[in-house]
Amino acid sequence: MKRASFSNRDLVQRLGFSLLTLVALVTVVPILVVIAYVVKEGAPAISWEFLTAMPRDGMRAGGILPAIVGTFYLTLGTAVFSVPLGIAAAIYLSEYARDNWLTRLIRIAIINLAGIPSVVYGLFGLGLFVLFLEFGTSILAASLTLSIMTLPVIISASEEALRAVPQAFRTVSISLGGTRWQTIRKIVLPQALPGILTGVILGLERAAGETAPILFTGAAFFLPRLPGTPLDATMALPYHLFVISTQVPEMPFQIQYGTALVLIAFVLGMNIIATVIRSRARAKRQW
Amino acid sequence: MVDKIVIENLNLQYADGTESLRDISLNIPANAISVLFGPAGGGKSSLLRCLNRLNDLTEVQTVAGRILLDGEDILDPQTDVIALRRKVGMVFARPVVLPLTIRGNLTYGLELAGEKRKSRLDEAAERGLKLAALWDEVRDRLDDPAIALSGGQQQRLCLARVLANQPEVILMDEPTSGLDPISTGKVEAALQELKKDYTILLVPHSVQQAARTADFAAFFLQGELVEAAEGKELFTHPKQKRTEDYVEGRFG
Repeated sequence: MKRASFSNRDLVQRLGFSLLTLVALVTVVPILVVIAYVVKEGAPAISWEFLTAMPRDGMRAGGILPAIVGTFYLTLGTAVFSVPLGIAAAIYLSEYARDNWLTRLIRIAIINLAGIPSVVYGLFGLGLFVLFLEFGTSILAASLTLSIMTLPVIISASEEALRAVPQAFRTVSISLGGTRWQTIRKIVLPQALPGILTGVILGLERAAGETAPILFTGAAFFLPRLPGTPLDATMALPYHLFVISTQVPEMPFQIQYGTALVLIAFVLGMNIIATVIRSRARAKRQW
Repeated sequence: MVDKIVIENLNLQYADGTESLRDISLNIPANAISVLFGPAGGGKSSLLRCLNRLNDLTEVQTVAGRILLDGEDILDPQTDVIALRRKVGMVFARPVVLPLTIRGNLTYGLELAGEKRKSRLDEAAERGLKLAALWDEVRDRLDDPAIALSGGQQQRLCLARVLANQPEVILMDEPTSGLDPISTGKVEAALQELKKDYTILLVPHSVQQAARTADFAAFFLQGELVEAAEGKELFTHPKQKRTEDYVEGRFG
């Protein structure tokens, strides 16, 4: 009788595990299917010319170089603005701010900022950067818009990484005659850096793949040349993909998937870098 | 004996209203080991943390009274706390090595103070290690991560790190609570040497350690200083009934 009830529990346990494994697989499968499908359809389009030439024939032939370069510039521009600002904000929140109503308000603002639809950022960027500040439709305006969208991700991830550094390190550093800033610079920041970098890359990766925020602020339908200054508009991979998928008749299927593949490779590549940084830092971590 | 530290009517109250220290007056002699002992929650650690103003890090609290270090009131808002903490070093209960090399831990304090000359830094590191009786064990691997040391070695490294900073007073908050008897013995032996040049305040992790090490002892109970006297005197002929009961193990 006892044995029977034991094997019953055993059965229930196995069933439970199987179910959980199944659920885990279900979440992975769509990602793999999407990637596999894009690779299968897009790979034949990839060639040296596709990656390095200008578009021809109303974008129905040639390459996508301006879109690749544009996305690179936009990501870089976003990093220039959002990384220093985001890390500084995280240091303030984690190391200096006291827990009062102002700090709580800032936190609520950051959480809500992360929840705003990206097209709203686009409109905001249009109003503030393109029109009011007269940056025009430009890499500068688009980068600034993307920066605002990316900031909450960078701030939250960096703050978490800073808070994960043991409090005891700070106490010891202070007890040895360190100022708060010396403690941050010499101990806390170096220890939090891998976590911060991971957050930064994940934030930038989102910026690289977004269409809506650059739609009104910096993205061009078609440009026959590469952008020369930050005040030029630019083509960009996500917007280019939207354009060639919906706006250009008789578009070769292959070019659409080829473009999608390049975009996914760009974003996944950043993701992989982030993962490598994180796992290396974990292995080296001393606490 | 010269008094290095004079505590006058010290009161300490935390933000939540809990009283930590009540009207403490106590003189700490120079070049001796002064032991602050008593059951947990007696205010010993709070008192130590007043002496290097580490209590500043805790949320709002009120301190009243005076603490004179070499005649100057360190509770004065004008006090240079950075200089104070360099002068009054602290070893914590749990050894906390910074995520640096052994050498990096030793020179950390001096580097914060702006010392860049390698010879000075090396000299300080070596002196600290020798005083903490750790030199022979680590001299060949100063550039290894400090975390690779054993627990007992880490605690002696923490002591060496404080010593490399050239303090005058050393605060030790149950520095051997996590150590085995052999490591504890090494730390206690080091203290006996160190007291020739430094003023040492020790919160021991047991009454036995208090009795073993104390030149001077103060018994704390629930925020109150019950009795203070020379070590031998206090452990053999306590004047207060409560001290006697605690020392003889009737409560604790």
